[in-house]
Amino acid sequence: MTGGASARTSFARRVSTMLYSRPRTRLGLLLSAPLAWLVLIYVASLAALLVTALWTVDDYTGAIKMEWTFDNIVHVVTGSLYQTVTLRTVGVALLVTVVDLIIALPIAFFMAKVASSRIQRLMVIAVLMPLWASYLVKAYAWRSVLSHDGILAWLLRPLGLDTPGYSLTGVVLTMGYIWLPYVILPLYAGLERVPNSLLEAASDLGAKSFTTFRTVVLPMLTPAIIAGSIFSFSLTLGDYITVNIVGGASQMLGNLVYTNVGTANNLPMAAAIALIPIVIMFGYIAAVRKTGALENL
Amino acid sequence: MKFMSALKVSVVATAVALTLSACGTAATPTASSDVPTKLGANEKTLSLLGWPGYAEDGSNDPKVDWVTPFEEETGCQVTFKPYGTSDEALSLFKTGDYDAIAASGDATLRLIAGGQVAPLNTDLIPNYANVYSFLKNREWNTVDGKTYGVPHGYGANLLMYNTKVVKPAPTSWDVVFDKASAYKGKVTAYDSPIYIADAALYLMVHKPELGIKNPYSLDETQLAAAVDLLKAQRQNIGEYWSDYLKSISAFESGDTVVGTTWQVIRNSMSAKATVEAILPSEGATGWSDSWMISSTAKSPNCAYAWLNYIDSPKANAAATEYFGEAPVTQAACDFMASKDTCASYHAGDEAYAAKIWYWTTPITKCLDGRKDVQCTDYARWTEAWQEIKG
Repeated sequence: MTGGASARTSFARRVSTMLYSRPRTRLGLLLSAPLAWLVLIYVASLAALLVTALWTVDDYTGAIKMEWTFDNIVHVVTGSLYQTVTLRTVGVALLVTVVDLIIALPIAFFMAKVASSRIQRLMVIAVLMPLWASYLVKAYAWRSVLSHDGILAWLLRPLGLDTPGYSLTGVVLTMGYIWLPYVILPLYAGLERVPNSLLEAASDLGAKSFTTFRTVVLPMLTPAIIAGSIFSFSLTLGDYITVNIVGGASQMLGNLVYTNVGTANNLPMAAAIALIPIVIMFGYIAAVRKTGALENL
Repeated sequence: MKFMSALKVSVVATAVALTLSACGTAATPTASSDVPTKLGANEKTLSLLGWPGYAEDGSNDPKVDWVTPFEEETGCQVTFKPYGTSDEALSLFKTGDYDAIAASGDATLRLIAGGQVAPLNTDLIPNYANVYSFLKNREWNTVDGKTYGVPHGYGANLLMYNTKVVKPAPTSWDVVFDKASAYKGKVTAYDSPIYIADAALYLMVHKPELGIKNPYSLDETQLAAAVDLLKAQRQNIGEYWSDYLKSISAFESGDTVVGTTWQVIRNSMSAKATVEAILPSEGATGWSDSWMISSTAKSPNCAYAWLNYIDSPKANAAATEYFGEAPVTQAACDFMASKDTCASYHAGDEAYAAKIWYWTTPITKCLDGRKDVQCTDYARWTEAWQEIKG
């Protein structure tokens, strides 16, 4: 027994000695699992997506024909349907991002700078709480809220207004609600890093609250705002379930992908459409990189 | 460096593996044209693909079970995979994992053309003899005189309306087309390219100058007219439906007051819902589903046994009553749990059935017999449907 144990110890020791003297092997072993995950699952599937977009489907039998063609991509870039839907999707994603930032900024500011640490903890829990419920539950809850005999209509009718019903407005409201925690949290973390002394110094030097916010807080907060906007913008860009549930008859890019995979059984076309949000996100991140905001992240 | 080259090797290996597996699926099975003349001993397993609720073994509801008696009777152990749309069914069936499939008419012709299903010898399916004759030898189950499928059940896409809101009571589809603006934002339609046929059916009656003879056989001009009608309808649509539970909730809450529906949706509505479902004067589109056997079936004998079993009165009654559609034999009506079922689905009513244009796949060869023009196919319809929704 002791002999076996010592043999094991010495084996472990030998391995450890070997790894100590070979830093490259050590690094390789450490990184191989996550890298394999990233390369095989993520990069390979993205590459497969690109390749699939270059194939076509036999119209009748629905079998994929592996002949190289740019038809799908040309079709997606030039087709008026895809242009309209892309513009609509980007518009909705921008609106959701703006709505979320407007709601999240004061909440995050209150949490980071005003609230006592007890309230702060409670608010973090409150912000995270909606994430415990399933996405579908929240979307269907909004379906009943937006219904024409729902709570929103009941609240608004005395004011002479009406519920937006199942429409793009409904989609913006629902998505704004669902992605809100993802925007509040980075803003909160960003504001926590702004030292109180800077705010006091600004006020000592005579700056009013808005000037302080504009000249001190906002520049320091930009990376957090960008991080939050990437979440709300990219998550909205790819969504199709919320649109299905509260969007009425409207469709977004995700719905076109879904129809092409499901109803139309046209995987190459779906892949070509799926490239649109990827290109938009690459463009957005490249633009953000130019501003230098990513380095402060 | 060693690490990097190992990485390269693994990436290349994966790429090769991906390509190989992709090539594997690209090969289409060859159609076997010879029909079996007699059956052998049953195999041990049977793998089925069908609409949800087409082969219940009691795992969803212990009281709903017509698969277990079949298993006991034949010794064929059944596995069942449900699908959501005809197109999903096609891609699943292409894997070759299934012995038999229950397919609607918008999928069957594509299965036959792709050589994925085999012609049947109906003499080996004794219960087929009792099937309503108006369901046999139709364009969605028979090609070149060869029968590829035995009927499972059929039903019509009806017009449902809220009796409190939609007045006077409609008798025509015009409430969802030409007169739809009266209910702007509260009209619904089925979310599938096949719904174009509903518009074509309406035009067939109201715009005879277009010369539509079959709503599934449209040339470019006729399709354009149907698309225009649906684009005008789009302005009044509250939401499209493909999930029947969503349709029920929209009608119950009053967010939708008029639109297409299925009998099963009407039957599932709560008692206080003020809705009515009718077959309008123009007739309606509908479905007639068939069980077909894979041309590469691993258990063809069990599959034949299943096709015979599903047309037996008791099993057919259980299956169609559960789904909410008409059974395919008169004898099945005696086995229904509710005596009203056959009447409410108009089972065997040939005049009613003649008003139904059953879903079938639009193809470039015109189904109405025209030789001088090319008709629009399903791919074209799918594209048009996305345009309509905008």
